[in-house]
Amino acid sequence: MKLTCLSTTGGGGSYHSPASHLLELEGLRFLLDCPIDLTALADFSPVPLTGDAGGLIRAVPRYLSPAAAAAAKVGGIDAVLVSSATGVLGLPFLARLPGFAHTKIYVTEVAARTGKLMMGELVEMHREFVRYYGPDTGELPRWMEGEKLNELLSMLEKAVTVDKGDDLTSLMPLYSPGNIEECMQKIQPVKYGEEVCFNGIFTLKASSSGLELGNSVWTIKGPRASITYLPSSVFVSAHALDFDYSSLKENDVILFSDLSSLNDMDVDNDKLDEHAMDETEHSLCRRSVLRDDGADVDEKIAFLCNNDDIKEEIERISYICSCIIDAIKSGGSVLIPIGRLGVILLLLELISEMLHSSSIKVPIFMVSETAEEIIAFTNALPEWLCKSRQEKLFSGEALFDHVDLLKEGKLFLFPHLHSKDLIAAWKEPCIVLCPHWSLRLGPAVHLLRRWHADKRCLLVLEQGSDAELCLKPFMPLAIQVLECSFLSGLRTEKIDTLLGVLKPKFVMLPEGLKSRCSVKGRPWSFLYYSKGKTIELPNLQEDFEVHLGTDVAHRLQPRKLNETTAVARLRAKLHVSSGQYQLAAAEKQSDQSKRHLLHWDAVDPDRLLPALQEKGMVCSFAADDDSSGERSVLITSPGEALVKITSDRTVIYCDDERTSGHIFDALSRVCNGI
Amino acid sequence: MSIECLVLGAGQDVGKSCVVATIGGRRVMFDCGVHLFCRGRSSYPEFDRILAASGATDFTAAISCVVITHSHLDHIGALPYFTEVCGYHGPIYMTYPTKALAPMMLEDYRKVMVDQQWEEGQYSYEDILRCLKKVIPLDLKQTIQVDKDLVIRAYYAGHVLGAAMIYAKVGDAAMVYTGDYNMTPDRHLGAAQIDRLKLDLLITESTYAKTTRDSRRAREREFLQAVHKCVSGGGKVLIPLFAVGRAQELCMLLDDYWERMNWKIPIYFSAGLTIQSNTYYKMLIGWTSQKIKDNYRAHNPFDFKHVRHFERSFINNPGPCVLFATPGMISNSGGFSFEVFKKWAPSEKNLVTLPGYCGPGSIGHKLMSGKSTRIEVDKDTHIDVRCQIHQLAFSPHTDSKGIMDLIEFLSPKHVILVHGEKPLMAFLKERVESELGMPCYYPANNESVSIPATKNLKMSATERFITSCASEQTEDNLRKQKLICGSNMSEANTDRKLAEGILLMEKNKAVKILCEDELVQVLGMERHLVQNEPMVSSRTGAAGE
Repeated sequence: MKLTCLSTTGGGGSYHSPASHLLELEGLRFLLDCPIDLTALADFSPVPLTGDAGGLIRAVPRYLSPAAAAAAKVGGIDAVLVSSATGVLGLPFLARLPGFAHTKIYVTEVAARTGKLMMGELVEMHREFVRYYGPDTGELPRWMEGEKLNELLSMLEKAVTVDKGDDLTSLMPLYSPGNIEECMQKIQPVKYGEEVCFNGIFTLKASSSGLELGNSVWTIKGPRASITYLPSSVFVSAHALDFDYSSLKENDVILFSDLSSLNDMDVDNDKLDEHAMDETEHSLCRRSVLRDDGADVDEKIAFLCNNDDIKEEIERISYICSCIIDAIKSGGSVLIPIGRLGVILLLLELISEMLHSSSIKVPIFMVSETAEEIIAFTNALPEWLCKSRQEKLFSGEALFDHVDLLKEGKLFLFPHLHSKDLIAAWKEPCIVLCPHWSLRLGPAVHLLRRWHADKRCLLVLEQGSDAELCLKPFMPLAIQVLECSFLSGLRTEKIDTLLGVLKPKFVMLPEGLKSRCSVKGRPWSFLYYSKGKTIELPNLQEDFEVHLGTDVAHRLQPRKLNETTAVARLRAKLHVSSGQYQLAAAEKQSDQSKRHLLHWDAVDPDRLLPALQEKGMVCSFAADDDSSGERSVLITSPGEALVKITSDRTVIYCDDERTSGHIFDALSRVCNGI
Repeated sequence: MSIECLVLGAGQDVGKSCVVATIGGRRVMFDCGVHLFCRGRSSYPEFDRILAASGATDFTAAISCVVITHSHLDHIGALPYFTEVCGYHGPIYMTYPTKALAPMMLEDYRKVMVDQQWEEGQYSYEDILRCLKKVIPLDLKQTIQVDKDLVIRAYYAGHVLGAAMIYAKVGDAAMVYTGDYNMTPDRHLGAAQIDRLKLDLLITESTYAKTTRDSRRAREREFLQAVHKCVSGGGKVLIPLFAVGRAQELCMLLDDYWERMNWKIPIYFSAGLTIQSNTYYKMLIGWTSQKIKDNYRAHNPFDFKHVRHFERSFINNPGPCVLFATPGMISNSGGFSFEVFKKWAPSEKNLVTLPGYCGPGSIGHKLMSGKSTRIEVDKDTHIDVRCQIHQLAFSPHTDSKGIMDLIEFLSPKHVILVHGEKPLMAFLKERVESELGMPCYYPANNESVSIPATKNLKMSATERFITSCASEQTEDNLRKQKLICGSNMSEANTDRKLAEGILLMEKNKAVKILCEDELVQVLGMERHLVQNEPMVSSRTGAAGE
């Protein structure tokens, strides 16, 4: 088993750009997630060009997908396992490459659908650049030569720690709608808990990761090891089905790929220092208590699945809502270019509730290519939602409040800012949810231009990308900016407890978490990975498990070698399906089966003679035996034959098949064989 | 090992489906239905037989889990009785739509119990809610580990929203219980879909064991023509049916037709029930046909444009209309469809459409069976039936060709037929045995059948042995694939030769399969080569020496 980490979390954090890996198992290559790192977008100036775009590149943007670039470099991939909609975004880059003609892509139905919408939307928004500058011809653009590029690289390095070596080729022109279509055709959508068989020997299963609708953790069961691919996970969610950790129990290896806590460290350390200290101490106490109890799994699970995280998340979103209400009250509009589906759905519910309770009537607009479809389909996927929303199905209520908001005329959906009906419905102040969080693409650019100088207005940004750089083209700013972070994965203090529940043999952990996870006294071993490096894990077991049908077993003719050992020759058909090797009876059993094919130990020529005579053969030792240890037996009837015997070899010289057959049988009786 | 099947319902009969299968010590109850033409306890399966068969003192100990295939009453109607009155507290599984639709269906039936004044066997509305609260919802294809050994999985069955075929496996023994299914897609649901599984036993429904149906489109056209003729003559159409499934299918058909004809004639849904079920359909659109899912972007196809709510006072309104009313088949004992029927049946302008199957005893059955123009309601009242009668000739059940196709596709080692009429089942059994060569049974209620089940021995095999074996085609996809894809794979072993190796059995060690060379090495043997040569080479050999 070999693991190469292709990219760690890119810009926008682990939600928008999850880590990706290349995993080699039994000679097959699996690509685990293929996101785009949209950080590079920040270095391009939005169009149309106005204001201060100094230092920003004025050209059609190119995109960075280290995973796609690395996958292209290795030449081919047998299968891609995708854990989220964002993990699909880089795949169309690979669609045309010859090494991907037979690649199968496994992703949950919902992540595939959301991913497709996101890719389509990205291409659509990107078109604005193409309209402005003309198409990207695929040649090396001017800005990629010389000074400009160096500047870009240094900015990128700051933002995403891109290695100098791999970015020139990694910056690619965006794919086309045709590429997306090709990529979608390779996708085999799955449901949570569905076991799919890949290449006969692997069983792949997606389970809910809790972070977002359709996000998944993967179990890869090979013939000799079971592996958990664990991307960012959330134990209790307010919209998606909870993290189904119990389905991951006792897999041999965990590839821990939840890098959200690494990000927290980078970003939050300064601000939250004091608070964090408290928290760590607190959690350490708790953990040590847990460890002392040892086997108390229930308590561990209670610790993992407590509602604290989600309560905090709701509090955060409620806080955002109260800021929104304040801005509205002051007469300003609110722009929310947040790209997280779950946050959007919760925001809609909480804002409308708050607007209602403070009896404010302002319209909420969702301006996006995909708004209508997203809103419609989120109300039609109960199987993918958290238990409390599933209950809504069973009591006949809509799954999300947005269904009623639409009906009541509080929420409006438009594909573009220039949509016909938008002008008619438009009223300020208003609340607008629209893409894109990079502030380089989509309606957000135009609306921010409209409102940036109004200090009553509010811009709600997600923390994680370089806000200063993002806002640069919109300077000077008077609009209030609220930067917020959202629940993105496991908290570090829960990792150890989770591993304790899952009981793996090996854990592959990002280098960055090394200091945070204790090795002492744990029954599992850690292997640490870092970007661009390959780590290897020897086979956990040499042999394969096979199933032998009882009918085959009954036909076996075991031969006892000594008191403790017996052997039997096996002739069967080997079937492989659903990860299981099955030996089934062959349709016709040839009579050859009784013949020994393997002989061992010496043959005693003095015993062979009577054995041949018993078969009715006329035979005698040849006279011309020399002293080299070779003895010969001459057969004269029923056919003519000569048998030469040495200590390690017997040769039957004979032209008549029947006779040689008889000799062979006689030999078998005096020689150990099977 | 064997699979023991105790048929508690739908044995040589249609109604109160319930089969209890014992697989390697795990007992699974498939379906828990009521018989719609019986009253009281006799409408339920005889649950006590499970205790007798298992030797357990209570149902929770006797049964590992209950799995319900779909929301029709003959498959789910007895569940609240079994859990709340008989006291079964173990796990219950059904698909999301079935769990969502079940309360409506059960409540519908509970009202019948109350109307009919059952003396025993009634359950309350609270029982229904308590019972369904315990249900664990299933998604299709999801593999559920019920306990350490028992695995179940649901496959799409068509028939009604949320209908599933259930796969159950304990160790190497595996079976499928189909419930009701449809092998051809209809207006709103897809055809049944299942993987090619290795099965010891298939228990299949056989409602239409002898019927082969022709094109669905032609049958739909007949229905539309009958409706068209009636409403354009100013008549009223009564479509009695159960709340879920058929109502939405016919509604889609009519809504489309109305759209094309640009008609304003009202289509009504009776009681809140069926409108409510449309709400469920909208959320469960993922369980409808692929065609609907593909075409659905923003407009939900279950937002019917022409459908309105029916008020009781509308019964005597003049002018044409179409009314969907429960219950189906029209029952003497009451229900809204009967009330409307009393009013509308005497006019020859009106039309009543009936489903393909009406149980004996129902008015539907009487209307279909002959030119009965006079229906006795009780001693004093009767109805003069002068209206037109149209029998729907398309059904959500598979026809006999579909049943045979499914059996052939799955190729189980044994087949059991349930949910059908005895003579037809006998006919189908003959076909299964003679055409497909599989032993086939159709036990009566309360009979049980035991069939042998697969048992495999587990052992380990060396990598060399595996790589030396011929590669086979996968069962799942007929693509050529590799056994393991090491560098030592070559094209040469893609032909179908036999796997050949040695089984090594050592005391106190697991059995292992290895190659000859490995055996020699492991046991430290001295190999003795035995060769065959032509006579002539012995001489040349001798000459050479």
